[in-house]
Amino acid sequence: MAQLLQHLVNTLVLGGTYALLGIGLTLIFGIMNVVNFTHGVLYTFGAYMMFIVVHQLGVNFFLALPLAIVAGWLLGAAIEILLLRPLRGSDIDTTMLVMIGAWIAMQSGALWIWGGVAKSVNNPFPDAPLVLGPVSVSWLRLFVLAAAALLIVIAYLLINRTKLGRAMRATFQDHDTAALMGVNVSWVYTSTFAIGSSLAAAAGALLGPVYVIFPQMGDLAAVKAFAIVILGGLGNITGAVIGGFILALAEELGAGYVSSGYRDAMGFLIIIAVLIFKPTGLFARAERVG
Amino acid sequence: MTRSFKAVPAIALALALFDGAAHAQTIKIGVNEPLTGAFAASGTYVVNGAKIAADEINAKGGVLGKKIELVIEDNKSNPTEAAAVAEKLITRDKVPVMMGAWGSSLTLAVMPKLTEYEVPMVVETSSAGKITTSGNPYIFRISPPSAVEGAAFSKIIDKLAIKKADFLVINNDWGRGTAEDFGKMMKEHGISIGLVETMDQSAQDMSAQLSKLKATDSETIIVTTAVDQLTLIFKQAAAIGLKKRIITTGGSQNPDQIIAQAGAAANGTMHLTTFLPWYPDKTPNPEATNYFIGEWKKRGFEFAGVTESFRGYDGIRTAAAAIEKAGKAEPAAIKAALWEINIKGLNGDIVFKKSGPPARKAARASRTST
Repeated sequence: MAQLLQHLVNTLVLGGTYALLGIGLTLIFGIMNVVNFTHGVLYTFGAYMMFIVVHQLGVNFFLALPLAIVAGWLLGAAIEILLLRPLRGSDIDTTMLVMIGAWIAMQSGALWIWGGVAKSVNNPFPDAPLVLGPVSVSWLRLFVLAAAALLIVIAYLLINRTKLGRAMRATFQDHDTAALMGVNVSWVYTSTFAIGSSLAAAAGALLGPVYVIFPQMGDLAAVKAFAIVILGGLGNITGAVIGGFILALAEELGAGYVSSGYRDAMGFLIIIAVLIFKPTGLFARAERVG
Repeated sequence: MTRSFKAVPAIALALALFDGAAHAQTIKIGVNEPLTGAFAASGTYVVNGAKIAADEINAKGGVLGKKIELVIEDNKSNPTEAAAVAEKLITRDKVPVMMGAWGSSLTLAVMPKLTEYEVPMVVETSSAGKITTSGNPYIFRISPPSAVEGAAFSKIIDKLAIKKADFLVINNDWGRGTAEDFGKMMKEHGISIGLVETMDQSAQDMSAQLSKLKATDSETIIVTTAVDQLTLIFKQAAAIGLKKRIITTGGSQNPDQIIAQAGAAANGTMHLTTFLPWYPDKTPNPEATNYFIGEWKKRGFEFAGVTESFRGYDGIRTAAAAIEKAGKAEPAAIKAALWEINIKGLNGDIVFKKSGPPARKAARASRTST
């Protein structure tokens, strides 16, 4: 029982960041229809920003987080303007190839700048965990969960309750009509990609101090993000959040009660099952945008 | 008739000059190490140790009157890349001998290439038993296999009064081999073995495995992996309130790095290491160890890396000694010469002897060390 409770607590803290990764990608992959291979690199970028801001600039940990998120937003906007804008209207394969190129170039860039040896980021939280009866959890991870939850709520409100959000939904429902209605479509594309990128960078900035930081850290994160998006249904924010927690639960229970050697395979077994039995995702709405 | 007779030596001479121009300056030694990926920290330390050895040898005049040149390639902590790197070093750079490839799975992936191209390799770190028992005659290992490490541990294991132990090992030939060899040894000491949990080499979150291990009735956990993953394990074990005794194996722990990065989370953990740079005067070769540590510090590297980098230093000195003994930089001669060298390594005398099941005839090598 105690073991199960500990697994569930672990699921909660892991699932929060998976959800963050998932909604960032579902905006870009699900709504914009861009197969974003740079998502993992943006995650890595967010983590390195934390390292630079905390260790090289000596800024406070809590101030570093928003800085890393803004940096991710700017990098995302730059990618959209430089790479995707010239390709608008071209087919999905062309865009995908360009994004693969960007992924490799950016990862090699990270390797060139920061080297291959892993770095770690110090955090201001106490080493002793919070103990609640049979389960315990580190303060840093609780903070990560709280921050992830806050960012998820902000992203949800941004998309569903703001003018920009309405413009985004309109643009990806019908590009031409939205343009005729006076929506600045170009700007909506850039904003959406930048917001998705900043969420990936936020996940990296939150998890970087929990784990260690190295140039290839985003590869596995990106694969998991794609899995979460497929699980939750393309473009479905709520689906991505629930998908993130389901993936975390599958990994925890899979490793805890089946076999730890297949931990990272558990999530993908679920994806295969979902694709066979419910190919539009577990939470697909009757009519999807995009 | 006479004209054609004259032409032959002229062509031979031209070929000799051409050949000489390509090989005159240096003797190359291939270095196949993980400089990126999961084992980047360890591989980088080994390469830096190797460079110290090369510089020292070259400062003393080199080998066979030529300078040695390290051709260093990154195997990305990936067995497929390790095999590709070996092929590149042999076919493009024409190295007559190599050192590598840090991890057991990486080394095992390289081994068929050694047989294919008939080039010997000095193995500086890998510990899986089957590297030297699978009958590959081009493998010369200077690191202790996990069975030897287990045998050394068996001398003190009774003092720890372990009743039941679980394993948490990296899911590759190194980790699984260690669980097997240590498990066998511990059973002989009346210790019962509980769970054997594994983790992917690139995994960053081991909370699930640790939660499972927290719930068992064992009081000790044997952990085998490289330093970065160890640091995460200690932090995550502390975070879920796991209070069992943790003993790490493999000699790639870099205890000073663990203290720096895991801090209080590593309190009370125990580590089996093969080299003790904290007490250079108690190492098998104090003079060389002091020189090596001095040179390491002079180059501004972190002291934590010495427990790993000595392997690269010893590996290159082993390869260089074999080239000197062979009298020429050719793979077959170097392979034969490796059997005859006897050098003082930082961690004991390096002499190769054949190992492996007697039923198989191929030559195998292992190290006699203290």
